[in-house]
This record gives sequence, structure tokens and C-alpha cells, in this order.
Amino acid sequence: MSEQNINVTLKVWRQRNSQSKGGFETYPLNDVSTDMSFLEMFDVLNEKLIQEGKDPVAFDHDCREGICGMCSMFINGRPHGPKQAVTTCQLHMRSFKNGETIVVEPWRAKPFPVIKDLVVDRSAFDRIISAGGFISVNTGNAQDANAIPIAKDNADESFAAAACIGCGACVAACKNASAMLFVSAKVSQLALLPQGQPERKQRVMDMVAQMDNEGFGACTNTGACSAECPKEISLTNIARMNRDFLAAEMTAK
Amino acid sequence: MGLTGLFLCTFLVVHMIGNLQLFKNDQGLAFNLYAVLMTTNPFIKTVSYLLYLSIIGHAVQGIYLVFKNKQSRPVQYAVYDGKASSTWASRNMGLLGTILLVFVAVHLSDFWFEYKFGHVPYATYATNLENGDVKFMPAPPDYKQFNKLEETTMSTPEGQFKITIVKNLYLEVSEGFKSPWLVIFYLLSMCAVSFHLYHGFQSAFKSFGINHPKINGIVNFIGTWIFAIGIPAGFAAMPLYFFFK
Repeated sequence: MSEQNINVTLKVWRQRNSQSKGGFETYPLNDVSTDMSFLEMFDVLNEKLIQEGKDPVAFDHDCREGICGMCSMFINGRPHGPKQAVTTCQLHMRSFKNGETIVVEPWRAKPFPVIKDLVVDRSAFDRIISAGGFISVNTGNAQDANAIPIAKDNADESFAAAACIGCGACVAACKNASAMLFVSAKVSQLALLPQGQPERKQRVMDMVAQMDNEGFGACTNTGACSAECPKEISLTNIARMNRDFLAAEMTAK
Repeated sequence: MGLTGLFLCTFLVVHMIGNLQLFKNDQGLAFNLYAVLMTTNPFIKTVSYLLYLSIIGHAVQGIYLVFKNKQSRPVQYAVYDGKASSTWASRNMGLLGTILLVFVAVHLSDFWFEYKFGHVPYATYATNLENGDVKFMPAPPDYKQFNKLEETTMSTPEGQFKITIVKNLYLEVSEGFKSPWLVIFYLLSMCAVSFHLYHGFQSAFKSFGINHPKINGIVNFIGTWIFAIGIPAGFAAMPLYFFFK
């Protein structure tokens, strides 16, 4: 694949703050290298805006290597753009055609209010984790890692669930703005390990209660979350959480 | 949602099997007797009240879910590529369900309400007990009887006959489906059933926490071939049969 330059037209959601209404601005951008990442393309746009004395587009980013879960952006109707299992920072301009119009919006969900432009407040996820996404460990020396036997299958499944970077693409993709895939991944990664057992029932009830309190929608099993997840978190986690939740609700004191 | 949904699925199977008697070439005797059984048997009556509650519960909860989920995204996307990640049916369960609710209302007022409270004419069937031949005679239009079903045996020079006098729901069905508009409405509704169950049947299992490679195959197979194709096709065949008969 050889490098070439393309021209694109960006339609970007601009919103001053969480109170203001916001709307689309159109920016033509010429000579964009197809080797640029999507965020690098936005860097170029922002430099141009700054030189013109305009307000640059605010967007979230951090590691830019697809593991931190900071970048977001709803690109042409899909979270993290058209590629599968890819975050926006790992999406490259070679995935777009010359002359294409690219619509970029923030994640849209009531629990994810827009802070500015494409940046949304995802602290609802942090509050769900605080509600139960942890294990309680006594202080002192850590136990030898190999002292607790764990079935390989469970370790693998737990690890796959733990691959969730909490970016919120699942909520963004879901027609109901449901956070079930995120919460179920965070429930599953601990429910599958021996260390997660003591608080297993309480954890799932508390995290689901917090999820509902935040105002996320209900799951209707469309599967969009898993299909759009940059870490390909499996839908089976949602079923596991439903199982755990039903069992916990029925047996909790 | 899943619980009432799966219960309604089991109802569809029973309803389908029972209604297959419409295809029997006996002027509706078997179907009319079946209608009497379905409206008098105490067990079936009990289950039917559970069924009415399930339909209402399923609809109310579904409507509530649609509105609650709408609230979770107060600002809609300008561009939303839903087909990239999910099936059309899964994204339109509310729309499909609404079509089905309208269908259930029309269907019940056409047949259930007519049968129970409306004016369904009576029919007399004389079954020859030796060779099984059925002779059909419509009862006079103002004929009424206390019981839904009267059965007597009669001896004539031609042989022994069983006389059955019963409400002729079969006539209601066969006359009703002479109307092309009703047939089209039924066919469209059966398409809605198909898409609704294509997503709904397997989704119910996921909601109960059943999502495992060992089971998904059979669940998806039943959901697709029996509930999304077999059941709607069978029901769609009924209006078509009477329309072209």
C-alpha cells in the first residue's frame, strides 16, 4: 500500500460546553497523507484552525496505541470508525476515500454529557467500577501468584473480559445507549477468578444498580456493542452477568 | 420481556397446530368443535387468562422499554450506521411489536369477540356413523341454543347419524378471508411476526443468561426455522387458502 494524499471534508460536531446546544461545522482538509492516523489528521486540522485564529476541536486522546481507551469519536455513524477491532487512534486515513465527507460526532448518551466538542464525560463508568468492580485484599505481602490454582479456560476468559479498555464504544453503538457490555466485562473478569468469589453476588447487584442509576438504557441483545467493540469483548459476558444477577437477586439476604 | 415472549411463542405453536384443522375438508366440523373445546375446557380457559395477561404485560413492558431507552440518548446521532453492527429486526422490535399489537386487536375483534359476543350463525353437521360422511346444513339465521354444542344420535332408513349443532366460526374465517385487504393485512402482520421472532426468540435466552456455543446452535435453529419461518408461513397459508379457495 503506497502512501498518497487525499482530500476530505470533515463535518465535526462543535459544542462550546455541556450547556450549549452545539452543531456541525464543515472543514475541508486537503493533502491528507493516507498514512496518518485519524487523530493525526485532527492534529493537522487543529494546527490549521489555530493558525487561522480559531478555536481548535477538543477531542480525547492519550496513548495513541489502542490500549488506553481514551479516544472516542463517532465516525460516519460508527464508534471508532469503519474498521473492526480498532480504536480511533489506530484508524488510518487509508480507510477513507479521496473526496469523502466524514461526519464526526461525540458519543451520545445521557450518562455521557458532552464537555466540549467531541469530549464527553465518561466518569459514569468510574462510578460503576467504584460500586463493585474490585476485590478486597488484606494489606501486607502479596500472596504467591501460583498459590491459587485457576483453570486455564477461566483464566483465558477472564483475561479476554479484562481486555475492555472502558472507552464507551459499546454505549455509543447501542441503539439503547446501554452499558451492559462494559459492566458485564468488568463483572466477568472477577467472577471468573477465585479472588472474585467472596464479593461476587454483592458486586453484580451493586454494579447493575449503579449502571441503572446513571441512566444507561436497557439491553435488547442487538449485539451492536460487541460488533463495534475495539477489544471484541464477547456478548457471552452479558449473559454471564444476567445469570449472576438473577442468582444474586434470588439468593441475596 | 423474555419470559412473556417465550410463553407467547409456545402459544403460537398450539394455535398453529389447532388452526391446521382449517385445512381439513369437512366444512369446518373439526375446527368448530375445536373452537368449542378451546372456549369451554377449564384448563384451557385458565391458560387463556394467563395468555391475555402475558400479551398485555409484554406490550406494556415493551412500550416502557422503548421510551426508557429513548431517554438514555436525548440527543440523537446525525449519522447512525446501525446495519453495520446489528440486524434490522433487533433494532425495530418496538415497531414490529406495535404492528403485532394492532394485529392482535384486529384479529381478536374479528374472531374472538365475534365468537364470544357477536352473532356467529350455527351450523348442523350430520355425520354418517357407518362411512364417516359429513353432511352440512346451515341453521336458520335466528337460530340460538343454550349450549355451544348439541350432539344427538339419529337413526334413519339411510343409517345411523350423529347430529352436531355448533357455532360456525369456520364460516366467519372463510368469509372473512374473502376480503383482499384483510388478507394483505394478515400477510404483512405475519412478516412482522417473522422478524419479531427472528430476534426475539434467541434474545430471550440471552436475557436469561443462556448464551453458550453448545446451546446457541439449537436455539438459533429453532428461532429461525420454526419461529421466524415455519410459524408465520403456516399462519400466512390460512388467509391465502381461503382467499383462493
